[in-house]
Amino acid sequence: MKKEVPLIITFVAGMIMIVQYFVPHWPFSNLQQMFNNWFLIITVFALILGILNLLKNHIEKVSRRRKGWLYSIVLMTGFMIMGVAGFVWGPAEGRPFDWIYWHAHVPMSSTMFALLAFFVASASYRAFRARTAEATLLLVSAILVMMSRVPLGSYMWSQLPLIGDWIMSYPNMAGQRAIMIGIALGVVSTSLRIILGIERTYLSGK
Amino acid sequence: MSTDPGVWIAAFLTMCILSFLYRDNPFYRFAEHLFIGVSAAYWAVYYYYNILQPNLIDPMFVQGQLLLIIPLALGVMMLTRLFPKVGWMSRWPLAFIVGTYAGYNLIIYLQSDALDQVTATLVSLVQVEAWQTLFQHPSFVNFLYAIGVPVVIMGVITGIIYFFFSKEHKGVFGGLAKIGIWFLMVAFGASFGYTVMARISLLIGRVYFLLHNWLQLI
Repeated sequence: MKKEVPLIITFVAGMIMIVQYFVPHWPFSNLQQMFNNWFLIITVFALILGILNLLKNHIEKVSRRRKGWLYSIVLMTGFMIMGVAGFVWGPAEGRPFDWIYWHAHVPMSSTMFALLAFFVASASYRAFRARTAEATLLLVSAILVMMSRVPLGSYMWSQLPLIGDWIMSYPNMAGQRAIMIGIALGVVSTSLRIILGIERTYLSGK
Repeated sequence: MSTDPGVWIAAFLTMCILSFLYRDNPFYRFAEHLFIGVSAAYWAVYYYYNILQPNLIDPMFVQGQLLLIIPLALGVMMLTRLFPKVGWMSRWPLAFIVGTYAGYNLIIYLQSDALDQVTATLVSLVQVEAWQTLFQHPSFVNFLYAIGVPVVIMGVITGIIYFFFSKEHKGVFGGLAKIGIWFLMVAFGASFGYTVMARISLLIGRVYFLLHNWLQLI
């Protein structure tokens, strides 16, 4: 019951999604639409599970006065304010939820990502020490692409933007395609293993 | 300086996060935790109004589509993971998600990321227009564009050879795999350069916000 039923559910759901591609009419087309809808609903519950787990951990941290518990209060306050604003007044434009989104969520998320520019710079210093032919290729390609995207690059050599575009459109695309094809073949084999019940690690390895 | 309290809050939170560049400090940790809380609530509200309400609540309770009790039950079973004694019940919805996703991805990836990519790669080796441009205006850049398609074909084939680990990378096979690594390195370098530029433009956006919207210096 604990192991067999999940394996049967996986097999049926997976096979229906595969068969609907080859038989795109009733009953499989309807089943595919229905399963897609169910999939979306269940993933929302997975998100709720994640949020409940997050809150549970932080409530525990506050109640036991563990190190940094004051920050947990900040987290829960932020969650409560944004949640109440969204569920009470709705997410429409001009409402409190929208205001918090533009004046707190957007600035914080874009600054978090902007912060990565500095860490990428320090990572590039380590990566770009051209010790081998491969590292040199990586270095040259990255510098050419970066220089081709800024006015200084075209000021130095008018053809540089074209070189940057060529790298992106040909050698870069070739490398990306090789990776994509490799990943696709990996996804196909792993998906088959999951659907056929050979791969069971998602059931806690049992 | 701006007189809008919203801009002041946004500027304060921006400065709090940027303070991490000095070192980890209480201002950064405050903004970090606030960000996690606000983000979690944002996504909860977003998914409620965009997925749960139109796909479950309205069809089930307003239109009377009772079959939706199945995903609702599976969703509730997902929450049992919070309680160790009945946590095994969460395997059923998990199995449904994994099975649906695996079946869907098997077809999508095979179609778009394998077959379509092979089709897009195996085009005519000689691009007539590019070669005509080269003969009319001989230059290094035009030469690069003329040999573009053979470069792509060679890159894809040697790249795949590099990923083939069932045969030892020796002799001709090893040589081709080596060329594959070179193409992969160029691709990684290009992606890296592209990512750096994207991050820098985000940073410019935040600095512009502080100088223009908040301090109104520019």
